[in-house]
Amino acid sequence: MSTATRRPMTVQLLATSFLVIWLILAAFPFLWTLWGSFKVEGDFFSKADWANSLYGTLTRIETGGSFTGDGYYGAWIQEEFWRAAFNTLIVCVCVVTISLTCGTLAGYALSRSPYRYAFWLLLFALIFRATPPLILVSGYLLPFFEWNLWGHLSTTIIVLVAINQPFTLWMLHAFFKNIPKDLDESAMVDGCTRFQAFRHVIIPVMWPGVITTGLFSFLLAYNDFAVTSMLLSKENQTMVPKLNSFLGTTQTKGNVMFAVAAVVSITAPLFVMIMFFQRQIVSGLTAGAVKG
Amino acid sequence: MKHSSFIWFVLPSVVLMILFIALPIVSVVMQSLYTEHEQVIVTVENCGPFGCVEAQSVDQEATQALRDAQPLGKFAGTSVYRDRNHLAVDEVAAAWEASGSYREFWGTLMNLPFYGAMAFTLTYTAIVTPMTIILGFFVAIAVNSVARSLRGPTIFFSLLPMIVTPLVGALILFWMVDARGILGTALQWLANDPSLSVKASTPLMWIMLMFYGTWSSIPFAFIVYYAGLQTVNTDTLEAAMIDGASRWERIRYVIVPHLAPLTTFIALIQLMDNFRVFEPIISFQAQAHARSLSIAIFTDLGGETRLLSSAAATSVLTIVFVAILLMPVLVRTWREFDTK
Repeated sequence: MSTATRRPMTVQLLATSFLVIWLILAAFPFLWTLWGSFKVEGDFFSKADWANSLYGTLTRIETGGSFTGDGYYGAWIQEEFWRAAFNTLIVCVCVVTISLTCGTLAGYALSRSPYRYAFWLLLFALIFRATPPLILVSGYLLPFFEWNLWGHLSTTIIVLVAINQPFTLWMLHAFFKNIPKDLDESAMVDGCTRFQAFRHVIIPVMWPGVITTGLFSFLLAYNDFAVTSMLLSKENQTMVPKLNSFLGTTQTKGNVMFAVAAVVSITAPLFVMIMFFQRQIVSGLTAGAVKG
Repeated sequence: MKHSSFIWFVLPSVVLMILFIALPIVSVVMQSLYTEHEQVIVTVENCGPFGCVEAQSVDQEATQALRDAQPLGKFAGTSVYRDRNHLAVDEVAAAWEASGSYREFWGTLMNLPFYGAMAFTLTYTAIVTPMTIILGFFVAIAVNSVARSLRGPTIFFSLLPMIVTPLVGALILFWMVDARGILGTALQWLANDPSLSVKASTPLMWIMLMFYGTWSSIPFAFIVYYAGLQTVNTDTLEAAMIDGASRWERIRYVIVPHLAPLTTFIALIQLMDNFRVFEPIISFQAQAHARSLSIAIFTDLGGETRLLSSAAATSVLTIVFVAILLMPVLVRTWREFDTK
């Protein structure tokens, strides 16, 4: 940075302190909950002294150690949270794979079609993207009950894929637009069909965009509550509705700590994901915006 | 691209969207015009030694048969829309007649479920969206001014509130502002009122929900603005500096106009997302204090008796509002495409 653009002390100080406050606001709640999840309820919600949750006074009295894994044991083993985690895994893997397969094909076609109907399709996708998922759920319930489709993981997967499609289309459409047309057109001049051109020329170069879109599909499936809580039966629940059912029964002692442990367990994979894919997430969030 | 190959390429995606987005919307509109069957009541005469008594009972079989024959229920026209839980036409008219002042009328209106939900949803959207944009902008400016080596970790922590599951993020904050949690205790100490509880107070709950909303969407605005800041033309900035523009003037006249198109984009996405506010209300267990349109649908669907028609009517009304909200954007996109 040249001397001309160096900021005066006060401005620098103001910016830094603002940033520090924001970082505390953004990160502290998570660290606090992570720390508290290894305590007993009396410490996590401490009536007597807030510092108890820091030192674990009651935890030491009740369990003997400063940290306890009781919350995790109760949630994962006793309440069978592992089952929900396994269901989440199935749902996420399937949703990401299916929505990327459909999305890349359609996104590619949309980016290469000069006709008006391609635009209409995108416009409808935008309207669909704005529709709150709960509205759609109220449309599903009756037919799904009638045809005995309610409660299965596969139904939820298909529904999540469909809800995810509009976003996937927009994102991949923008991404494919940036791959030069000449690439696949020259392949077609050499005698490839459209599909062969896609398969041999476009697929090898599309991975950065697909990975970014895949991350967001994953987030949608992983974070969804509206669809999964309404469409899954109790034994098929994924992690987020399962967490909500812990909350329903929090009145008995100890169950709150199950929920706290579940919250940390749900957040942990997301932490790891951001750590590894930060660059892709940032580029994905800005993809639609910067290009206008 | 040829028409035929276009169709094959988009087919799976389009079929999915038609089956699971377009048709459900149609089915919701249909459902909202019907209402649940009433139970079939039969009158039975029980004759005993002390004379005959007429008793009424529910004919379960006949009720079930009727429900199976017409799962949608019986046709009700627009009556579901006009009932107390939705537009409440009669109640509003009565309140308009009865109340002496606008204030009184407003009070009655807010007690009606639909208008209450509408008021919260609109207030939430109207406050959270600009707050997100303004604060996100300042975070972006601040991050842009720290040393390059620190930016990675800064962005990592800044992303957290947005990426984390909404239900979970809201729950974490909710536990902290609990009267026995760290923030709750801090608030009690600040207000010097040991009985202060966010859970019990409607205004505090609204503030808390909006705080959560802003907290969880700042990262999005921040990231978009931050990316925009990387592309600001340094020549223009230097030229402005040579012409004697102050730091503030440079932000005002060079950076803000450069970021203006991004603001439209953020505002659009935020409007759509804030309008469907749902998870934080569940996490904060705030249904008693604040109901959004999504919550209204959720409670209708989730109860013991699933009130499908009522949920459908609220859904249709929500769709209408989303359409109004989106109209300017759609028109703009349309015009842009036309000029291309």
